[in-house]
Amino acid sequence: MATTTLPTGPIEPTVSAAASRFGGLRRIVSAIREARGVPKFMLWTGAAISALFVITAVFAPLIAPYSFDTYRSGGHNFPKQGSPDGTHWFGTTVQSLDVLSRTIYGARTALEVMVLAVIFSLILGVLLGLLAGYFGGWLDRILVLVMDALFAFPYLLLAIVAGFVFSGISGGGVVTAALSITVVYIPQYFRVVRASALSAREATFVEAARAMGAKPSVVIRKYLFGNVIQSVPVITTMNAADAIGTLAGLGFLGLGIQPTEAAEWGYDLDRAIDDVNAGMWWTCLYPGLAMVIAILGFTLLGEGLNDVLNPTMRRRRISKVLLPAHTRRRTVTAPALPDVPEGEAAK
Amino acid sequence: MLTKPDIEPSGEGAAAEVGEPLVEATGLEVHFGLRGGLLGRFSGKAAGAVRAVDGIDLTLRKGEVLGLVGESGSGKTTLGRTLIGLTKATAGSISYRGQDITELGERGLRPLRRRLQMVFQDPHASLNPAMDIRTAVGHPLRIHNLVADDQEYEARVVDALERVGLTPPERYLGKFPGDLSGGQKQRAVLARAIIAEPELLVADEPISMLDMSVRAKILQLMLDLKRDLDLTYVYVTHDLASAKFFCDSIAIMYLGRIVEYGPTAQVFANPQHPYTEALLAAIPEPDPERALPRELPRGEIPDAARPPMGCAFHPRCPVAVAACGWEARDLRTLLENRWLELAPEAAAREKSLFADVESLAAESLSTVAIAPGRGHTPEDVLEYLRHLREEASEAEPREPFWRGVVTMHAENGRAVVEFAPPRDPRLSLIQATGVQVACHLREPVASTTGT
Repeated sequence: MATTTLPTGPIEPTVSAAASRFGGLRRIVSAIREARGVPKFMLWTGAAISALFVITAVFAPLIAPYSFDTYRSGGHNFPKQGSPDGTHWFGTTVQSLDVLSRTIYGARTALEVMVLAVIFSLILGVLLGLLAGYFGGWLDRILVLVMDALFAFPYLLLAIVAGFVFSGISGGGVVTAALSITVVYIPQYFRVVRASALSAREATFVEAARAMGAKPSVVIRKYLFGNVIQSVPVITTMNAADAIGTLAGLGFLGLGIQPTEAAEWGYDLDRAIDDVNAGMWWTCLYPGLAMVIAILGFTLLGEGLNDVLNPTMRRRRISKVLLPAHTRRRTVTAPALPDVPEGEAAK
Repeated sequence: MLTKPDIEPSGEGAAAEVGEPLVEATGLEVHFGLRGGLLGRFSGKAAGAVRAVDGIDLTLRKGEVLGLVGESGSGKTTLGRTLIGLTKATAGSISYRGQDITELGERGLRPLRRRLQMVFQDPHASLNPAMDIRTAVGHPLRIHNLVADDQEYEARVVDALERVGLTPPERYLGKFPGDLSGGQKQRAVLARAIIAEPELLVADEPISMLDMSVRAKILQLMLDLKRDLDLTYVYVTHDLASAKFFCDSIAIMYLGRIVEYGPTAQVFANPQHPYTEALLAAIPEPDPERALPRELPRGEIPDAARPPMGCAFHPRCPVAVAACGWEARDLRTLLENRWLELAPEAAAREKSLFADVESLAAESLSTVAIAPGRGHTPEDVLEYLRHLREEASEAEPREPFWRGVVTMHAENGRAVVEFAPPRDPRLSLIQATGVQVACHLREPVASTTGT
């Protein structure tokens, strides 16, 4: 039979020092591992699409046949408004640009803006939320007032206004687009983080930290941050999806990134409106499709994370125990059939 | 632990009494402002204050274990927190080694926090769930820059964990609070509290959230730590049995004041204040054969925002005297209790004698003019009250309320009831036992005529 091996000596700690550094994220990881059913499907589908998007964006120069502003190659110009064929799979635009290359480079722009916008708003929103939630008082009042005012604006309008302001400072590049989107998202992080900081501030362990003599900065970094950060990944992925849409909206209105700086899906869609009337479907289909897929990917990821991480949504499943099928009733046939071999009876 | 206290002496005995004064509180008050209704909230006007701690004098000697005992809402936790500067005192002073800590701000207190530590009631909530034991227990070392390098840090943490009995320490270093049991968490909290070598440890009901089986172990651990590390404890509890086991001296608190304060053995053997007697009587007796008839205090602990006049305990006290501070509110309580017991029709008939019983609910009315109900004269009301008094004088146990009524007469169409002038009982020392008690019944004769 099987032998039980007992561990000898003290049991070594299984959690390494590196893992403990990010103790707050430990629960997230374990929750993702436990995901089942629809949330799991959404999570992994979203993750796959998002990963595809990121890979496309990062390796755009290797994947795309031409650069986003190439209009001639091998000594002669690309066809103007050429339909998809062997050399230009997705066709060409009215400016003789390759649609495939522009779509791929568009992913790059979208990723750059998205990452910058999310990082900026994450840093600012979380920081302000922590400060307002922990200190309260006048700082909190003023910040809440400002954030509520920002919330009251329609988000695209706010992004346009911010875009105008920042384009005067930093030009019409990726950073400007990211900054104008940042303004829209800061209040979201601020609200969530402030709310959890407010409740965590009253927790006994924060009180205990004060009783230890910890400075407010230490309390915020070591005691509040880890407990407040739990709700942030979900907003981050949702915002990432939203940022793509906002950026496209800005580009569509001609307010985003200058066409000379980078390829941008919203701008391409804007230019493609006239083509649709002329029966040219390829100039608008591919950038639009790319946008939809990217947004879908991040939304699925965000929703999946929300379902998995949010304790009020999460359903802990009891996995069904599958018993082996009933074996035939064993009949004890003792002395009547003495010639049955013993091995057979055991079966 | 919730057993009738045994006769054996308390934990460390009276030997620790000789220590130098470590913390001295004089006239300590902590009042929390109340916001009133909706309008008050908008205008920011305070609607009175809760007197959580209301004039307390204490001397805590080095090596002493002081128990603060009282019901919920008696201000014992607030007092404990104020002693180490976690809650701001609104009046009075606390001197720690000659330094007044009530005058220090948060910033000035920070260096002292190392010496004045606290253990909270709920071990589950007092550890950061996102921090492993290695970081959590050693954090005071980092905060106060007590270690030079990581090796020393690790050694100190391991030493602290060993001291509190979390052995082998290596097994616990990487664990998170969620992985530990309640008793283990409280041990970790204790390790965190002692790691920076404090002098004073305020333990706020450290065992009340734990299983019965680990309570005694944690208390014994705290006594061991005290012996090894030369600690002084303030032990806040509502559990008299554990206080008897653990404390050298004990302060019984009621509504923000100390009513009895003295060596544990004396307080338990010979309780002076009626409230202490009642508390001791409330300890359940495991043997029903030996159970004594008890006189538990009537009613609930009063609202600390509107404390009774005089001795705060008088509305619940079975032996209260005239000077205890009787007032109109007590008459209302008396009437309402009576009407509750009567048949509804009889109660309604008696109630109709009074125009407005609620008017008696006002605070601090030493003389009250009662308006008679429709169709009744003040004489009817007086007649009724006198009848009540006569009834009460025959009943056993005697209702102490009527001792406080000086006169009852009719005046301007109202029945006026006048109560004896209230007097605040002050803590006064009983020479023979060293117990201080705040009760009119125990005052030395000389001071009774005073004030």
